[in-house]
Amino acid sequence: MTTILEVHNVGKSYGTVHAISGISATIVAGEVLCILGDNGAGKSTLIKILSGVHAPSEGTMTVFGEERMFSSPRDALDAGIATVYQDLAVVPLMPVWRNFFLGSELRKGSGIFKRLDSVAMRRIAKEQLADMGIALRDVEQPIGTLSGGERQAVAIARAVYFGAKAIILDEPTSALGVKQAGVVLKYIAKARDRGLGVVFITHNPNHAYPVGDNFLLLKLGSSIGYFSKRELTIEKMTKLMAGADEMKGLAHELERKPAPRTTPQS
Amino acid sequence: MTTVSTQRDTRQVLSGRVARMLRRPEVGAAVAALLIFSYFSSTTTAFLSTAGVSTWLYSASLFGVLAVAGALLMIGGEFDLSVGAMTGTTGLIVGIMTTQYGINIWLSLVLALVFALSVGAANAYISMKTGVPSFIVTLAALFILQGANLAITKLLTGTVSIQGMSEVDGYEAVKLFFGSTLDLWGMDIKISIVWWIGVTAIASWVLLRTRTGNWIFGVGGAINSARQVGIPVVKVRMGLFMTTAGAGWLVGMLQLFGVSTVQATTGLGQEFSYVICAVVGGCLLTGGYGSAIGAAVGALIYGMTLQGIVFAEWDNNWLKLFLGVLLLLAVLVNLYVRRRAGDRS
Repeated sequence: MTTILEVHNVGKSYGTVHAISGISATIVAGEVLCILGDNGAGKSTLIKILSGVHAPSEGTMTVFGEERMFSSPRDALDAGIATVYQDLAVVPLMPVWRNFFLGSELRKGSGIFKRLDSVAMRRIAKEQLADMGIALRDVEQPIGTLSGGERQAVAIARAVYFGAKAIILDEPTSALGVKQAGVVLKYIAKARDRGLGVVFITHNPNHAYPVGDNFLLLKLGSSIGYFSKRELTIEKMTKLMAGADEMKGLAHELERKPAPRTTPQS
Repeated sequence: MTTVSTQRDTRQVLSGRVARMLRRPEVGAAVAALLIFSYFSSTTTAFLSTAGVSTWLYSASLFGVLAVAGALLMIGGEFDLSVGAMTGTTGLIVGIMTTQYGINIWLSLVLALVFALSVGAANAYISMKTGVPSFIVTLAALFILQGANLAITKLLTGTVSIQGMSEVDGYEAVKLFFGSTLDLWGMDIKISIVWWIGVTAIASWVLLRTRTGNWIFGVGGAINSARQVGIPVVKVRMGLFMTTAGAGWLVGMLQLFGVSTVQATTGLGQEFSYVICAVVGGCLLTGGYGSAIGAAVGALIYGMTLQGIVFAEWDNNWLKLFLGVLLLLAVLVNLYVRRRAGDRS
């Protein structure tokens, strides 16, 4: 198994605030790393480090065995680390194939007759989507007509086609219903089977557990555990994430209080 | 090999041929144009006469050049209300420079173009740097240009129109490009109609067949997505504003050399006409959707109605009422199409 990206003891502070500290994780080709945590646990800061938006203020990064940092998102992308953000960077009213190639259009001809190679782009988009298991009748339809899960898959297929070795998915299931979330999980498995390293960020253990190989649990900016699947059950994960004591307290608070007896007055 | 089930939710999505047709922004406008054409052709005799056809085509061509350039800008997500006044400003610049100061006519043309492009760039720069909507920025530019047109013309010439254009050296040579008339099957085809068709063809090609066109749709449709995939958003919009202002210059020249005079009030009351043409032609006011051919058809509707009402000897005021109704219908149709075939979010 090839290790694509490794972070060791990374941390990031904004001024005097430590957003995260002491985080280690490994992205391996053909495996899914799930990063779980509640809101404010430091998930987005970690993504920003992995995708080159921020350089870590402490710790080291190793990319394909070479110790280095990313200077920009473009730098990360060139190294094969692509990030799919929640808004997916798609334009709803534009056809699927135009979205697929937006910003990296294929062209033919020269001089003032340089033009889009729309035949090739339509064909490639169709093939790449079919590889992901989405059979579109028509790549000419606006991407806004696809379901949330399918749109996610288009964004993943696009990243893969443009040379991604690892993809970071920022909460891809959080805005989706049960069925659509299931669709996205299938595409994550599909990407994994094609040999990509997948980083799957979520706060939902039910989404993470079935598809993940390794799990990094974050809480208040620190790691509260790095587990492989055999070391972990879904109950244990839920407990760790929510904090067993906090859950107990919450359960107590939510308990139905015995209704006060009132004597009807006549 | 796992296969992912591809069962689709088809409740809201138009499928097949109907969807493809409706997804074309210009279809509604084409139907409307056909209806208006049939109506005026059958109720008036002048409308289909050779003189009649040349009249409404000429009228449509002047709106058309602006509407097509404006449509590109609207697809890119911005407005330019100042472009109508720009036709007057550029005409006045050339007129005053040549008749009052004896400056070479070609040089005057170039200077007027440079001026137009600078105003376009300034509109773009101000609205993008400050985030003030282009609607407001170009509304201000509209007032500035309209005021300047009248005040400066009066100041320099003592009147509100330019006289004696046809005696200027080189006038005939320039008129060949902007004011000549071709004879086609007995019809007088003004050269502006050729420009209109040319501008529409080029705009359509750029929009649908080039990378720039893809970027225009992207920037207007979802600007943050466009940024994320690396499209130079500022450059694209700057180019669009300058193109629109350039079209204002072109129409200014077509008017000046078409009738060899220009009024300081040119463009007054026409601020919205090209926006109407573009919207009737299928452009969304919110950007990201529309077509150059649609805008050209919108201008055709405008031209046919404008002259058709004259031929039918109706009161001129019916024009605005009619355009208002048409605009409202177009906006509703566009909204419906967008909901059905495009944007679910």
